[in-house]
Amino acid sequence: MKEYRLEKVAQVGSGSEYGEAPSIFFDKVSLTLGDKPLFDNLSVTVEGGQCTCILGPSGCGKSTLLRMISGTTSLAYRGTIRLDSEVADHGKIAWMSQNDLLLPWFSLLDNILLGAKLRNEESAALRSRARHLMGEAGLAGYEDALPATLSGGMRQRGALLRTLMEERPVLLMDEPFSALDALARMKLQNLSARLTRKATVLLVTHDPMEALRMGHKILVLSKRPAQVKSVVSLVGTPPRNVDDPEIQAHFSVLLGQLMDESLV
Amino acid sequence: MKAIRLIPIRLIVLGCGLLLLWQCLVLVTGAPHYILPGPIPVFYAIVNNWSVLLEHLQTTLTEIILGIVLGTFLGVTTALTMTLSPLLKRWMLPVLVISQAIPVFALAPILVLWFGYGMASKVAMAVLIIFFPVTSSFYYGMQRTEPHLLELARIMDGRPISIMRYIIVPSAMPAFASGLRVATAVAPIGAVVGEWVGSSAGLGFYMLHANARMQIDVMFAALTVLSVVSLLLYFSIDFAMEKLIFWESKQGIK
Repeated sequence: MKEYRLEKVAQVGSGSEYGEAPSIFFDKVSLTLGDKPLFDNLSVTVEGGQCTCILGPSGCGKSTLLRMISGTTSLAYRGTIRLDSEVADHGKIAWMSQNDLLLPWFSLLDNILLGAKLRNEESAALRSRARHLMGEAGLAGYEDALPATLSGGMRQRGALLRTLMEERPVLLMDEPFSALDALARMKLQNLSARLTRKATVLLVTHDPMEALRMGHKILVLSKRPAQVKSVVSLVGTPPRNVDDPEIQAHFSVLLGQLMDESLV
Repeated sequence: MKAIRLIPIRLIVLGCGLLLLWQCLVLVTGAPHYILPGPIPVFYAIVNNWSVLLEHLQTTLTEIILGIVLGTFLGVTTALTMTLSPLLKRWMLPVLVISQAIPVFALAPILVLWFGYGMASKVAMAVLIIFFPVTSSFYYGMQRTEPHLLELARIMDGRPISIMRYIIVPSAMPAFASGLRVATAVAPIGAVVGEWVGSSAGLGFYMLHANARMQIDVMFAALTVLSVVSLLLYFSIDFAMEKLIFWESKQGIK
């Protein structure tokens, strides 16, 4: 498989300007949606500067966890969710989801610069950084292309670069690769794992293989009300190859746990 | 591309077909020329009264275009205001609905009374008619902005005015375009009704004038000219909207 050369790319969270990537603490968080509790005194620690993958049966509230951190939905939960960092609370988080959310009326380059545009801080330096990242991600020559003319994999790569351009220490990723075919997914996982090193990444996925390739740590959630059922800590540096012994060792165990928790 | 090049041919075929149908109707029903003149007398009426028709057309077309421009401006401003200020929205939305509940044609005599026999009352009429479709389509278009996009913009700490400019307004463009198309189609109605109620110029006035003199062929000539111009206006707006919304591929089943 062709690997992108990324050594030169400034990695998110690696520079001193972002400081240490913060950890995220959930302390006795409870949330009820509808008549059944979604979380009941859930306590989780997401370590700073690492990639933590969240696995769990569908409907267990994986995505809701991310939304609670990002603060985009005003859910009335009890307990505390806290980021340990000196930086002010806003402006630390970047978001990536399954839907690439590229604006169809913007060129790919403008889409990657969306954050800067929305904050009115677009500059020549940022533009050249975006172009550089595009080159690294194999998107050179597509700067002026409209998203509709690109393949799903290219669009999602664009979405990843848009996330990276934010230069935020915390990346929340909600099944970011699940809409892609196997090969595109693999490539994007590699790109993502390399570019997000040293940032705090919280990656929600339903794919145990993805979690094993990408994560420093894997949290398996139980069905509603979600509790951490098990924690898998991995030693090697992501992205791991599919035939990595660590993956071999954990894959069937993880799959078994997910089967147990699955509702169907 | 192929479909675009076929349009003129299709228009010509359609136009000829309709003219033929018209002629057949005249022949079959045997209607006298003062009830339903055939296409040929109407054609001669157009040629013979060309300069007069053109003069009246100028008046009517100015009314229509001014109506569209002003009505669109008012509608866009109102929709933007309602989107930016939820407080104002709560007060303006009922007013908007009430304004649409009043049959606008019934207002024509009042408008003529207030704005006089000149162009102003006709423009006001056209503005009133198109204000609602433009406002509601643009407003609801903005309301239907993909919520995940707005969440993303909020996480990015986007400035509200930039979110409006780069995300919400472009999201509403397809809806706005369909509102504007409706507006373009109904604006001539406003202008002509205004002219019927009271005026001394314009194609609507000229039609009544010809009717009173039993010049039914002239009446049809005015109607034909008005239809052709309205169609051209509609297609121009349609074309402009398609260029403006360059990212939307044409929808529909083949």
